[in-house]
Amino acid sequence: MEATIFFVCAVIALAGAFGVVLSRNPVHAALSLVATLFAIAVLFLNQGAQLLAAVQVIVYTGAIVVLILFVLMLLGIDKEEDLRVEPLVGQRTLAFVVAAAIFGALLAVVILGGANVVTGARSVTQPLADGVQMTDIRQIGQQLFSTYVFPLEVTAGLLTVAVVGAVVLARRVRNPQPLPEPEPLDEDEDRLLYAEEGAD
Amino acid sequence: MVDLVWLIPALPLAGFVLLVLAGRRMGEPFAGWLATAMVAASFAVSVIVFLGLRNEPGHVFTQTLFEWIPAGDFRVDVGIYLDALSMTMVLFVTGVAALIHLYSIGYMHGDPRFPKFFLYLNLFVFSMLVLVLGDNLVLTFLGWEGVGACSYFLISFWFEDEANASAGKKAFITNRVGDWGFMIGIFATFFAFGSVTYARFLPLAPGLAATTATFIVLMLFVGAIGKSAQIPLYIWLPDAMAGPTPVSALIHAATMVTAGVYVLCRVNPLIASAYDWVPSVIAWVGVGTALFAATIATSQYDIKKVLAYSTISQIGYMFLAVGVGAYWAAIFHMVTHAFFKALLFLGAGSFIHGMHGEQDMRWMGALRKLMPVTSVTFIIGWLAIAGVPPFSGFWSKDEILTYALAHNPGLYAVGLVAALLTAYYMSRQVFMVLYGDARWSASSEAEAEAKARVASAGAGEAEVSAADGQPAGTVTEDAASRFPEGFRPHESPWTMTVPLVVLAVLAAIGGVLNLPFPDSLHVLEHWLEPVFVLGQPAELTYSDLSIVGLLVVSTVVALAGIGIAAVVFLKGRIDARRVEPAVLQNAWYVDSSIAAFMGGPGYELADGTATADRLVVDGAVNGIGRATRWTAARARYLQSGFVRAYALMVAVGAVLLGAWVLTKVAAW
Amino acid sequence: MGNDLSTAYLSLSAVLFAVGAFGLLVRRNPLVMVMCVELMLNAVNLTFVTFGRMLDDVTGQVIVFFVLVVAAAEVVIGLAIVVAVSRRRPGATADDLRVLRG
Repeated sequence: MEATIFFVCAVIALAGAFGVVLSRNPVHAALSLVATLFAIAVLFLNQGAQLLAAVQVIVYTGAIVVLILFVLMLLGIDKEEDLRVEPLVGQRTLAFVVAAAIFGALLAVVILGGANVVTGARSVTQPLADGVQMTDIRQIGQQLFSTYVFPLEVTAGLLTVAVVGAVVLARRVRNPQPLPEPEPLDEDEDRLLYAEEGAD
Repeated sequence: MVDLVWLIPALPLAGFVLLVLAGRRMGEPFAGWLATAMVAASFAVSVIVFLGLRNEPGHVFTQTLFEWIPAGDFRVDVGIYLDALSMTMVLFVTGVAALIHLYSIGYMHGDPRFPKFFLYLNLFVFSMLVLVLGDNLVLTFLGWEGVGACSYFLISFWFEDEANASAGKKAFITNRVGDWGFMIGIFATFFAFGSVTYARFLPLAPGLAATTATFIVLMLFVGAIGKSAQIPLYIWLPDAMAGPTPVSALIHAATMVTAGVYVLCRVNPLIASAYDWVPSVIAWVGVGTALFAATIATSQYDIKKVLAYSTISQIGYMFLAVGVGAYWAAIFHMVTHAFFKALLFLGAGSFIHGMHGEQDMRWMGALRKLMPVTSVTFIIGWLAIAGVPPFSGFWSKDEILTYALAHNPGLYAVGLVAALLTAYYMSRQVFMVLYGDARWSASSEAEAEAKARVASAGAGEAEVSAADGQPAGTVTEDAASRFPEGFRPHESPWTMTVPLVVLAVLAAIGGVLNLPFPDSLHVLEHWLEPVFVLGQPAELTYSDLSIVGLLVVSTVVALAGIGIAAVVFLKGRIDARRVEPAVLQNAWYVDSSIAAFMGGPGYELADGTATADRLVVDGAVNGIGRATRWTAARARYLQSGFVRAYALMVAVGAVLLGAWVLTKVAAW
Repeated sequence: MGNDLSTAYLSLSAVLFAVGAFGLLVRRNPLVMVMCVELMLNAVNLTFVTFGRMLDDVTGQVIVFFVLVVAAAEVVIGLAIVVAVSRRRPGATADDLRVLRG
């Protein structure tokens, strides 16, 4: 049963991921991302992490992706991107090589490592919930407010900073200075800030 | 009473601060009166402290004001070390300074920077008192540099004139050499004793290795040579006459230039534990300077230049005294010299003032009728310096010569020749300025003769160095073109004459401080004795009769010098040209030789150094810069500005890191 | 030690991570780049949950919780920057912002 669900979700997640990367229209990319996130939420459930599945759906799809879409619509930068040209020389090739290398390395570790891929003692903090005595939502709550209480408080500060920063960054300025157009790269090496000789 | 000692330097400092803050608003003459009052109050406190110090055990009083530099085992506090030596110095410094402050009020009348002048003077007095009262070498050095700084400020006080600014620079640069030696001496002292506080290290001096002591003393002596204008670092003092005359009197005659003597007296235990030849070196440098400067003084025409060379010569006597171990004789001569030399300088300033700024003695003459007070006091100063009994200079100079004879007859002989020359050139000055014809007067019946005299006097000057400031070549103008119509010299105001009178009295009777016999009259010597106990001072074994004989010899020598001058300048029996050779007029060509050397080979050397610096040092630096620029010009293309390119590089780095980690854990 | 699916989960997350990274390097629209970053984050979250299950420890899930919060904050800031840039240069792509190039 678990395997079936896994494969279905894995296919959906991969399709969504490729959709994000390959769709020319940003809105399509965002909707593909939603599919991926949902699939991953189901995979969380599949592994017995009910709280995370719910949070994944609520926070990621319900908040983050919606926010991205919102900005897309607001700014009107939802025009399609021409993916056939790549202005940067060798960028696409190299990116593919790098991505393949990352994937290959990770896969090598996972396949070759097998059961030893994860190291460390078992159940150091707390064994996983069995769903009868203890639910994982309760467990995470207990951990957050005991072992991980300091990171939790720091996270509160981080969120505050993020909110303030977002407000400051996105506030409407009076008369925005247009950003300068980048000059074409010049080839002469003597574009220097000071005179060649003399000023002793 | 003694506890008030901190007030002595504090009062001039307060005056300085007040003048800095509000001097311009006070203006003339209030700023001058304020400064004078501060120094006078300082003198009054000094007298009170002196009365209190006599009741202190051992005549020593120390007072630590506050901690200044605590650094590990190196500790320097701002403290006061008051003993007989520093007390004597403080008394005559504040006394003479107060008089000169008073004099300056009249002399600087109408100067646009009147308050600033007094600001510098007060700062100078403060620095001098720090130098004298400081309880350690570092504090003394602070005062040492302070008086130096004020000296340069005041030499170039009228900096609108290029020559004055140059004179200030010259004093500064020359003194730098001496200050270097003084600093090395301080370092060596700390290295040897682990302390620079007098009360801590002087008692340890007798146990010091002779080599170390020699090194320290020689280094401090280099400092003293610079500050006290001895051979070879004397060249700045004649030029320092570019400053206002009160400055010449206070700084370049009475107080600052004696600082070197003071420091050597202060470290007398070190001199005692140095090698035997060290005091001889000091003595010979002193007596050599005394003779050398006296020869130059015989042929100068600038009224202040004569006194400047005379000062160098007299300080030479003080070094001679230090060298032969007669420290109190050095201090005695320092005090009397402060009296009569300040008097002579102030008198010269009064003449200059009366002559409306004329400093060339060839244009003076017959001033005794028009400026009686100045003239009488000037004559007293002349007799004092010439060594005519019973004036003060006679006693102090004779004391030094007596000890020199006991030490080494050669020193005595040279010193005696210098004394003869001293009497001669001072008499020459007096006869040229006070007697003879009124050469400044265009209507004088002796004008033709005067012109002839002037022409003849100038004829000897084949060449004149640019640094010497003498009117070059033969004087061809006459008095009518040099002085305005109806020109008459006038007596100076009372603020200038009162100090002259006071100093004249002091110069006349100053000798009572230390009359040669009986022993009970050695007041100064017995007062200073505790200071020099460790310094193994010289002992005199002469009988009273032989001392009388020496006194007679000194008197004869002084009168002979005066007589020769009278024959030449009063009676005109000998043509003045024959006793004023060009080589002496140009001060043995020392300045012009230095100028020629620096203008020729020295300039070439400096030029070569500069070229080498440009090619090698700058070349290396610029080469590094060029290489950096060349590399950067190519490396710039890495910084393309594309975020995605950067991200790609991050990703490549991540892959490489991952690969490296994989090779490390490739155990499976 | 988990089960036989653990390897599959980890392989899936590796694929997702690589795809996200590739997208980040290739796409020029800043918003799509943000989405690719989210993709990579989710891949990592999946590994955390899987590892937690393999070790029978709740810490993996707690870390995912924190990653979610931080990701949210990061997206907010990123979007604010995008908005600020668009005010000054409407329709700017990542390649257009090259004022700081050498």
